[in-house]
Amino acid sequence: MRVHTAPHPVLATPGKDVDPTDPEIVRLTESLFGTMRVSPGCVGLAAPQVGLSLRVFVVDVTGHPKARTCHGAFALCNAEVVEATRWEKGREGCMSVPDLTGDVRRAGRVLVVGQAPGSGERVELRTDAFEARALQHEIDHCAGLLFLDRVAGAHAVYPRKTYL
Amino acid sequence: MAELAVTVIGHDRPGIIADVAEALSGLGLNLTDSVMTRLRGHFAMTLVCAGEVPVSDVESALDPLIRDGTLTVSVRDVPPEEAAPEKGTPYLLTVHGADRLGLVATVARAVTAAGGNVTDLSTRLAGDLYLLIAEVDLPDPDALRTRLAEVLDLEISLRAADSDLL
Repeated sequence: MRVHTAPHPVLATPGKDVDPTDPEIVRLTESLFGTMRVSPGCVGLAAPQVGLSLRVFVVDVTGHPKARTCHGAFALCNAEVVEATRWEKGREGCMSVPDLTGDVRRAGRVLVVGQAPGSGERVELRTDAFEARALQHEIDHCAGLLFLDRVAGAHAVYPRKTYL
Repeated sequence: MAELAVTVIGHDRPGIIADVAEALSGLGLNLTDSVMTRLRGHFAMTLVCAGEVPVSDVESALDPLIRDGTLTVSVRDVPPEEAAPEKGTPYLLTVHGADRLGLVATVARAVTAAGGNVTDLSTRLAGDLYLLIAEVDLPDPDALRTRLAEVLDLEISLRAADSDLL
């Protein structure tokens, strides 16, 4: 799937709630996993990034050096953050904003509630550190928000560098 | 596309950015990258804009800003820069301590000597406290730590400033 980049309007549009038991939604999560896995360094992908204004995303921080708690690869529908503590700043990049990075305050501990694609069962995910940051980043995508909407100040956005 | 570098420095008042930006857009110049801050209360703005407009036309359009003598404006043609891959990895360097002459020179020279490059810098003097924060690309952070320990008797903080793709 092609990943859309800002200023594409789909990235600024709040996603619609989905029926997690809809087979189309299950197929969408499989496509999101596929695109995430072929994108080097990518640890999450949300439906708006592939042009669909829907509250669906996938995350997998397995093996990332900044991850502590790790739930492996998973997809969530209609997810929201219901508890957030231990706020800390970190520098984020995003496949949909390929030329910039920015310092963003995110909660270091979160409780996220959503629904599993397929069964539609309620899922409660308590996590921290890098997985918490990734979840907040993807939930923001589903709300039509980019990290640019949350940067820590006027001088907290940087050109993305490529290093030798 | 030709690029122009514009700097505006002087007495701060509301509306300077609006005046500058309107003058540039009125000439068909696209304001691309810019920074503005206040340095010890002085307005300070540096920007690059793109468009095929002679420097003299830009100076004329910005002339109303300098008429009362409180602002200094400069306009220069600059050749477009190619984005080159950076050498080393990014770190955030923080140094603070009692104000002294030559602190920035000492730190910046140490970065250069360690094979590094400063990509962003701000310094602030608050009372007797001097603060330097720099983004530096370094091939070897320990080389800078060693060098700064030789030339500086202040504690430094050097933290990785890499970004994570989400």
